[in-house]
Amino acid sequence: MATQSITININGDAKSAEVEDRLLLVHFIRDNHGLTGTHIGCDTTHCGACTVLLDGTAVKSCTVFAVQANGREVTTIEGMEGEALHPLQEGFMEEHGLQCGFCTPGMIMSSKHLLDNNPDPTEEEIRWGISGNLCRCTGYQNIVKAVQYASNKLQETSEE
Amino acid sequence: MIPGSFDYHAPATLDEAIKLLGELGEDAKILAGGHSLIPMMKLRLAEPTNLIDINGLTDLNYIKEENGYLCIGAMTREVELEKSDLVAEKYPILKDTSEVIADPLVRNMATVGGNIAHGDPANDHPATMVALGAEVVINGPGGILGGRERTIVIDDFFKGPLMTALEQNEILTELRIPINGGKSGAAYKKLERKVGDYAIAGAAAALQFDGDNCSSTGIALTNVGPTPIRAIEAQNALIGTSVSSDDIDKAAGLAAAASQPVGDHRGSEEYKRAVVKTMTARAIQTAKDRAEGGS
Repeated sequence: MATQSITININGDAKSAEVEDRLLLVHFIRDNHGLTGTHIGCDTTHCGACTVLLDGTAVKSCTVFAVQANGREVTTIEGMEGEALHPLQEGFMEEHGLQCGFCTPGMIMSSKHLLDNNPDPTEEEIRWGISGNLCRCTGYQNIVKAVQYASNKLQETSEE
Repeated sequence: MIPGSFDYHAPATLDEAIKLLGELGEDAKILAGGHSLIPMMKLRLAEPTNLIDINGLTDLNYIKEENGYLCIGAMTREVELEKSDLVAEKYPILKDTSEVIADPLVRNMATVGGNIAHGDPANDHPATMVALGAEVVINGPGGILGGRERTIVIDDFFKGPLMTALEQNEILTELRIPINGGKSGAAYKKLERKVGDYAIAGAAAALQFDGDNCSSTGIALTNVGPTPIRAIEAQNALIGTSVSSDDIDKAAGLAAAASQPVGDHRGSEEYKRAVVKTMTARAIQTAKDRAEGGS
């Protein structure tokens, strides 16, 4: 059984473990380090519930091996909150961007990637940006509003 | 789902990667974006005993014009084609293609080289590259008979479903697209049931004009045969014409006749032929519009 000793910086903390080469990043995050905010939905690269940022880029952590992230930075939903909720988290609350909440961590991480690259997206760009994340409750309408809320708030903050 | 066990290797150079491929033998696979391979490994449809991760070979990540070709490094991510100003301005067919592959999260990882090297006739770049007359640059160990790099035309690359001209100890390193001067245009059209799905059918068309008449063409089809299909009769039907709507209709019908669809959950054979016809007509029309300066 091939193993490697790896260190991944998750949300600012260096997390080390001896892992099997075949361990998926999502299992490293959830099982080795107890960060269960990142969800496993379809486990077949379709639904996006497991989305995290890898060096700032949104990826499906069920389709990346932990060894591939060795020495790199991962941000999960747990890393979004600072002194207060992140504007995206606040937006999902204010605009009722979730019902069951299962897709929400992935939605927020994809939206973070979107807003980092395009701070003022159109509605179409938002829908395009989250098109790799499936929600079975909301019909996406309030998710789009939540992202718009965050986009507006982040732009107001940066203007101050 | 947990993939089978394997040994992970992360070479720092292309030479090292090729050497590893040679040493590790048949059960070694190259890991590029991994978004076809890893799902197959999780389903145990693929069980390589060694994975050679070439994500460290960042010198294989580029989009540049050189010596009359647009050169795309094999490790270029789909998102980079999608966002490239050079591509949007001069090669919009590549933007057409990359932006309908899977979904944005997949495109952040998936590579152009992988999309070709995987040899899946459902992938989108193969038809586009066939229509554009691309060349595939392949690197291997070399030997007494020749150098380590060889270049083949894309038509000789795809051998069957998931089968390509790549030898076990070779790596696809670059796609090279001849730059057409003058009046030319190209487009890719795909019908998909939903974001992230493979094409019901897709069509790529590239047109070159001499004055008002079409002087050369490339037309190729996605996911309607064991490999991407070059629709030769459809291509020939446009040569020398002004690419009028009647000409387009005729060529699209010939493309449908050249397709080899199999009925499945995406539709019947008959339906898919109809989709081929429509996608081909739209691709030719957009290619013509682009050649005439529209978008």
